[in-house]
Formats: sequence, structure tokens, C-alpha cells
Amino acid sequence: MRADPRGVLTGVHFMDGDHACCEGALAAGARFAAGYPITPSTEVVERFAARIPTIGGVFIQMEDELAASIAILGAVWAGAKAFTVTSGPGFSLMMEHVGLAVMTETPCVIVNVQRGGPSTGLPTLPAQGDMMQARWGSHGDYEIIALSPNSPQECFDLTVRAFNLAEKYRTPVMFMMDEVVGHMTEKVVIPPAEEIEVYPRRYTRKSPGEYKPFEPCEDLVPEMVRAGTGYRFHITGVTHDERGYPLINPEAQDKLVRRLKEKIRRAAGELAFYEEEGTDAADVIVVSYGITSRVAQRAIDLARAKGIRVGKLRLITIWPFPDEKIRELARRTGAFVVPELNLGQIVREVERAAAGAARTYAVPHAGGTVHRPEQILSVIEEAAR
Amino acid sequence: MARGFVTILIERCKGCGFCVEFCPTKVLAMSSAFNSKGYHPPHVVAPEKCSGCDLCGMFCPDFAIFGWKLRNGKAVGGGRES
Amino acid sequence: MIETEDLVEAPPQNPVEPYLRTDRLPHIWCPGCGIGTSLNCFVRALIESKEDLDRLAVVSGIGCSGRVAGYVAFDSFHTTHGRAVPFATGLKLANPALKVVVYSGDGDLFAIGGNHIIHAARRNVDIKVICVNNFLYAMTGGQSGPTTPPSSITTTSPYGGFEPAFNLPHLMDAAGAVYVARWTTFHVRQLTRAMIEILHKPGFCFIEVLSPCPTLYERRNKLGDGLDTMKYYKEKSKIRHGAPTSEVALDKRGEIIVGKFVDRNRPEYLELMRAQHRAQLGDRFVEAPACLCD
Repeated sequence: MRADPRGVLTGVHFMDGDHACCEGALAAGARFAAGYPITPSTEVVERFAARIPTIGGVFIQMEDELAASIAILGAVWAGAKAFTVTSGPGFSLMMEHVGLAVMTETPCVIVNVQRGGPSTGLPTLPAQGDMMQARWGSHGDYEIIALSPNSPQECFDLTVRAFNLAEKYRTPVMFMMDEVVGHMTEKVVIPPAEEIEVYPRRYTRKSPGEYKPFEPCEDLVPEMVRAGTGYRFHITGVTHDERGYPLINPEAQDKLVRRLKEKIRRAAGELAFYEEEGTDAADVIVVSYGITSRVAQRAIDLARAKGIRVGKLRLITIWPFPDEKIRELARRTGAFVVPELNLGQIVREVERAAAGAARTYAVPHAGGTVHRPEQILSVIEEAAR
Repeated sequence: MARGFVTILIERCKGCGFCVEFCPTKVLAMSSAFNSKGYHPPHVVAPEKCSGCDLCGMFCPDFAIFGWKLRNGKAVGGGRES
Repeated sequence: MIETEDLVEAPPQNPVEPYLRTDRLPHIWCPGCGIGTSLNCFVRALIESKEDLDRLAVVSGIGCSGRVAGYVAFDSFHTTHGRAVPFATGLKLANPALKVVVYSGDGDLFAIGGNHIIHAARRNVDIKVICVNNFLYAMTGGQSGPTTPPSSITTTSPYGGFEPAFNLPHLMDAAGAVYVARWTTFHVRQLTRAMIEILHKPGFCFIEVLSPCPTLYERRNKLGDGLDTMKYYKEKSKIRHGAPTSEVALDKRGEIIVGKFVDRNRPEYLELMRAQHRAQLGDRFVEAPACLCD
């Protein structure tokens, strides 16, 4: 399905990542956003608040992030495409409804423009410290999809993709920006609406009598309905059967939770988006994401100038983690170097997936600014020895 | 002749006694019998007094009893003169 | 045993059954609990309201009263603890044609959800909130909450509570609700009528329903069972429509003021939003479609 042209600001723009993210959401068909102000993410909803009355839709500033993150779920069940936007402290509050969205298979997008933490941390300065929270932040066992852009252009493109994946897999999608990408202003090209692919909601064609809200299709994803259409369906955060009725026993839990995980896990291959360059004969491969990938590029260039054979793997999909890609590269390289704006999160995933077939080096940074290229370069040199 | 009638779904009853206590014409009493869950359901002791007002049905927390109007011995709907 | 055969050809069905998920009955509520009575009144109110029930959505939070959403045969949402109101807000704003009713308990709506409900009332979002107040947290075993009358024994106030309790109608009045009423599960006719009224009234409407919790509140406080509590409601309730909400606070086994306290008109959230945007944007304003799904 093509994008609704009313939401598409076709043209060449000079805009920051936060604004581009908002435009991506509008292009993807989001007509409902609920938010709560928090630096450095607020510009996304500020723009939505300004734009949506000229397109037709609703923005509501809620009383807190708990409310914002569940108001969007209500809007989705009414039939809207919806998203919310936050940063670290708000992301923590939203975790409750990440779980509800996973459990009720409610498609939505949650944007986190990351800043330094823990707690209030560094409200105005960048970090990538919420990557594991995006994966594991809500209680219980589940799988999630998380994408990480490294430019304003990608803030647009990947926000559209985030909405599409949310619909296809009926899951919340975490859009993991960072303060620098959010506030960086660059050229953003927004294509015409007819060139933007939008994944439609998977509405059922079954009659109310035949339809079961949690009966999976072949890809393990159930079809959806929306409120007010005569299906008289029930949705609950309690472990439930295919009818959506609460069922509190180990068998129901096993059946439901396995399917919720498996529908994402089995799609890990097609969900693995990355940018790969120069890995064929690399002694060292730098694995990075978000703003750090741009500093890493400089370090890679410096290392190559010194004659080191360095490859690049930029992760766009963070979750589900592209294990298979790392495994494959581990067989033909000596070492991975993983710079990130935290003291070691995704590096552990790389190390796990490499499973000893290649060495893994962290380039930790507590956040507040980005790495200096030389910090990454020195680890590349160490790894290449 | 009774103007109404009550239907009791004995197995749904949890024996709270609301219907017995608040029946305006005292049609009901608690039974000494048990249902399969071990509760005492109500039973009709004065059927001729039933007006079919369905107040028992409104009070019942378990949807286990309801009254309905009779006209010439025929049901005319649960609690309502239609 | 009752013999019905000689009276009618086929006994009529309980009039509420078509509106309940009868395959889930009997429900989980204890003998003498009033939640079922309130639900009974709600279903009767829906029938009499003549509303299009395909467009009704019932949203609950967590707790005993939070289970209501699971028993009604409508579009129904059993959400997280305290968050039924913001879920309902999103549902309503994205499809204003829906009739959205939040059905939940006092702890859910006024402790963990307290922030949400005052803001929904302030905004005058067009949702209807039915709060079953049984004076404590029942599902988790009878802990004290923001409505527990002082001196009550609960599992977390084993020596008697000492915290002052919320006066819910006063709070909702102050926050801006356009309709505020209190009834008890004894007042089945008045409660049903009030439920019909809020289904027809635009804006944020609130009904507090006092209900026995014989297993946890009455038993621990040696106040008898559910029936004793219903008799107490009958004896000690005074109907005072229009009573100033500041005067309707409750205490343990004292007088209960019931009635319709507030019934006023204020522009509803979406009406305000549209008017403001239209005034500021003129021709650039694009009204949201009837449903954001269109």
C-alpha cells in the first residue's frame, strides 16, 4: 500500500533528526501521538502538534509517560496508527506498556532519543545506554524489534520502516535514536507519497462469529480488528487463549509466550538490516550503530590509512540481534571492535554471537559526548596486532 | 393469581441472600438444600405474591435469578411490561 | 423445586445474558460481593439506554472490579493497573463515535491511577467512569488504600488505618467532572438510572458505587457479611441530590450521602481542540476524520 499523500512532506529539506522522525511517522500514516515533554526528544511531538491539525488527526500531551504510552495503545485499538516519543526517564516509565503492547500484540512505535543516565543523568547530552532496556526493560519473556538510525535522513526512512514492521509483526517497535542524531541538522529527502511503501493493518476478513483475536496466521501473527465494528472482542494483559480470554495455567502461558517470541525470532533473518563494507578480507571489523557509527567511520578511515584491513558493520536493526551475521563474519575475521556510548551493552551480544570464533574488543564510553576517533583507532590497532 | 414469576438458576447462585432480603413481597426464602458448590440457593415460598418486578434480578450479583411478568399465565418478558 | 412447565411454554432467558460472556460464568467474585450487582445494573442500563452496543467499549484496569471488562460481551479491554483512563482516552480520541466506559475499582482509579483520572476530568474527555468502591484492595488480599476509612483493619493496617481517606465525589467535582453521583449496590434502580444518564451525557462523567467486600473488608472489621452491608446501606443512606461534594465524605459505618451531586455542562475535549485549531488555522485546519482509521 502507498502512503497517504496528506502526511507526506515531499521535497528536499534541511531538518534535524527529531523533526525528520516526526515526518517519517506522518508519512507512515500516524494520525495519533501522545507525548510528555522530555529533553532531547520533545521536538518530535512539538512538530507533530504543529503539523497534525493541518493533516487531520490528534495530538495529546498526557500527564506522564505512563499515560502517553497507553493512550497510543487505546488509539491503535480504535484503528489509528500511533506513536509516542521519550528519552531515558520516560522510557523507564513506558516499560509497563511495552509489555502490554507485546502481550496484546498492539502495533505501535516508541521513539527513544537517548540521553545519559542512570536517572536524570545528562538531560541534554547523548548516550546509547538504553539499548538493553529496549530489549529487556519490561518484565517477563518477550522479543522486541529495535532500530537505530545514524542520520536525519534515516530518522525519516527508518521511522516509516518502524511503523511497517510494527504492523507486519503486530509488536511495539523501539526506535532508538540518540541526542546527537536527534539534534543534528542535515539534508533530508522526502520522496513522493507513491514511492513510500506503507504496510496496512492486518484486519481480518472473518466474520465476528469465526474470528478469534489471537488465532495465529501461518507467520504466527494473528489478524486484527478494531473497536466499534461489531466483533465484540476482548483484549487482556493476562495470559490468554486464542479468544482473548484470561487463562492462568502453565500450558496457556507456554503456548502464548512461545508464540509471541517465536513470531519475531523466526523473522530475525528478514529483520536484520545493516550496512556492511570492506568485511571480505578484514582483520578487524568495527561493529557500531547510531551516532557512534559516524565517529567509527573516521576511525576506520584512519586505520586503513595506516594499512590495517578494517571492515565495517553498521547495525540498523539492534533487536532481534543479527546473530547470524555476526557468526558469519566471525568465521572470516580476527576481531570485532565495538564502540558504543555505554560501558558495554551491544559488545556483549557481539561476543556471544561470535562464540569465540573471533576476539571482541569493547570501546566503552559513559556518554555525554561522542568518542574521539583516536579512541576507537587505538583499539582497532590493538585488535589488529 | 400471580402477576409474575421468578426463575432461579440454582447452580449459579452463591447464596448471598440479597434477593430474599429485598424482595418487596417476600416471595423467596433461603433453601436448606445445597447446590453443587455447597451454597444455599433461594426458593419460592409464596409464588402467588410475585409481581414479576425483577428487583431480585437487579440485586443478584451472580445473574442467578430474575423475575418476569405474566399475563394470563404467559410470559411477557423479563421484568418489563412490554 | 420450581415447576414452570404449566405456566409457560419456554421460560424466558435472564434479560442480561445476551450482554455477558456467559461461557465465563460463574464469575470470580465472592458470595455477597457487590461488583456483580453493579454489573447487573450496568447491563440493564445499557439495554434501556438504546445505545448502539456495537460501538460500546468497556475498559478496565486491574483488580476485582477490573475483571468487569472480561465478563461483558462488548469490545472490552483489560489494561494495566491504574491505566484504564488513559487507554480509554486514546480509544475515544481516535474514534469519537465510540461510547467509552471505564469500569474499575477505587484503588486502581484513585491510587495508582489517581493522576490520570484527575487529568481526564480536567480535560473533560468524553468517557464515563464507573468506580466500584469497596474500600480496599481486594484482589491482592485486602490491603488498605486511599478510600479505606480511618481505623479500618486491613492486611497492611493490622492495627487500624490512620490515613485520611479521599472523598471521591469531591475530588472529581474539583477536577472538573460534568456529572458526579454516588450510589450503593443497594440502590439498584437509582444506580441503573444514573448509568443511563451518563451514557447519554457528553463529557467526563463519574459514578461512585459503594460495594460490600465481605471477604476482606467486612470480615476483618467484624461488620458482618455482604447482606449485612446491604442492610447498612439501606438504613444509613440519605439521598441528597445536589449536596455540596465537600459534605459527602464517608467514614466507617457512618451515614452515607448518596445522590447526583454534580450535573453541569462544559465543552468536551475534542470540541475545544477543534474550535481552537479552527480559529487559529483558518483554511489550513483539517478536521480529523470521524475515525482515525479512515
